[in-house]
Amino acid sequence: MASLDDLKKRIASVKSTQKITKAMKMVAAAKLRKAQESAEKGRPYSEKMNNVILNLSSGISDKENAPKLLAGTGQEKVHLCVVMTSDRGLCGGFNSNIIKKAKSYFSKILDENKELKIITVGSKGNDQLKRTYGDKIIENISFKESKNANYFDADKVGKIIIEKFEAGEFDVCTIFYNKFKNVITQIPQAQQIIPLNDEGNENSSDESYEFEPDEDEILSNLLPKNISTQIFKAMLENSASEQGSRMSAMDNATRNAGEMVDKLTIEYNRSRQAAITKELIEIISGAESL
Amino acid sequence: MSEEFKIEIVNPEKSFLVKEDVSEVVVPAFEGEMGILKDHISIISFLKPGIIKVSSKSGDENYYVEDGIVEFKNNNLSILTSSIYNLSDMDKSVQQNLLKKAEEEAGKSDINDQTKYLVDQKIEVLKTLN
Repeated sequence: MASLDDLKKRIASVKSTQKITKAMKMVAAAKLRKAQESAEKGRPYSEKMNNVILNLSSGISDKENAPKLLAGTGQEKVHLCVVMTSDRGLCGGFNSNIIKKAKSYFSKILDENKELKIITVGSKGNDQLKRTYGDKIIENISFKESKNANYFDADKVGKIIIEKFEAGEFDVCTIFYNKFKNVITQIPQAQQIIPLNDEGNENSSDESYEFEPDEDEILSNLLPKNISTQIFKAMLENSASEQGSRMSAMDNATRNAGEMVDKLTIEYNRSRQAAITKELIEIISGAESL
Repeated sequence: MSEEFKIEIVNPEKSFLVKEDVSEVVVPAFEGEMGILKDHISIISFLKPGIIKVSSKSGDENYYVEDGIVEFKNNNLSILTSSIYNLSDMDKSVQQNLLKKAEEEAGKSDINDQTKYLVDQKIEVLKTLN
């Protein structure tokens, strides 16, 4: 049995850990509110953008000559995966969920004998993936300095992707991120952004538009922007998910620490009483023997 | 009044402006300034750097934009832009900053004609603001 002193130290250490996790939970809760707000505010933009593109692409008669970002390169040989994770740990299963989703996708692609390229956004994803897929990672982008997700950062990632696409480095691009559902549920998502997946096309209207300049030019200007927008959306969802995940993880940790303190305190009291009893027995039996 | 329509300006961070009672909007479309009134034909176009002028009952408002897309449909005008500033509360220092950045970009040698055109446009507009 641990000595009284050890137990005392243990209790003190668990208590101070509990203080830290409690503080982290509070901070995460405050940040979550902000992140959630900006995720909600950011939605109209990406929705509108999507609508415009759907309207445009349904208006295009000549699918053959459609911009490559929309129609794809015609083959599916090289896959680029953009794995978006956080820069900080201690947020429960947040990062590992994305990684798990991404890894299963990776092995599927490799099984089909296709080439795989990975871009990681956020250092945690890079840390976890470089062990198994180190040779596949072509770039690691991290935004440790920026406090909140902002469009400027997303645009940077988008530009890198488009540059690589135009250089013919890949055919299909998929982004991985966590979609924020609520504080306890975040759903890892794989979303294909190049070529554009036109699922949900049915809600585009048949109305004809006037285009100025012509469709092709608008589309070729719009599509790169859409990539950045999608990435920005993913970043917003991700940051809300990260805070939500951290909040519930820290809540759990605080509760567990509380339970541990209770258990240790009981043990401490028991052994204290045992020590007193032992001492008493010693004194009594000493007196008796005289 | 029947001559009014709805405008919505969104940037990636939030809904920047929503107004139900605008009578006329002038946007710097790619191929020249374009005035939009109620019952305009459905149109999609994109913006070059310039001033968006929104006229409504409560007066005129001016916004500076650097890029964006306009969509007009069923008397709903949506403007998507990544950089927009309200002129009435835009700082001189912000303007100077943007101008400096644009001039830097214009000085680069490896930009193509279209970007060059856009940057020149941006500088011109920013200069007239000052």
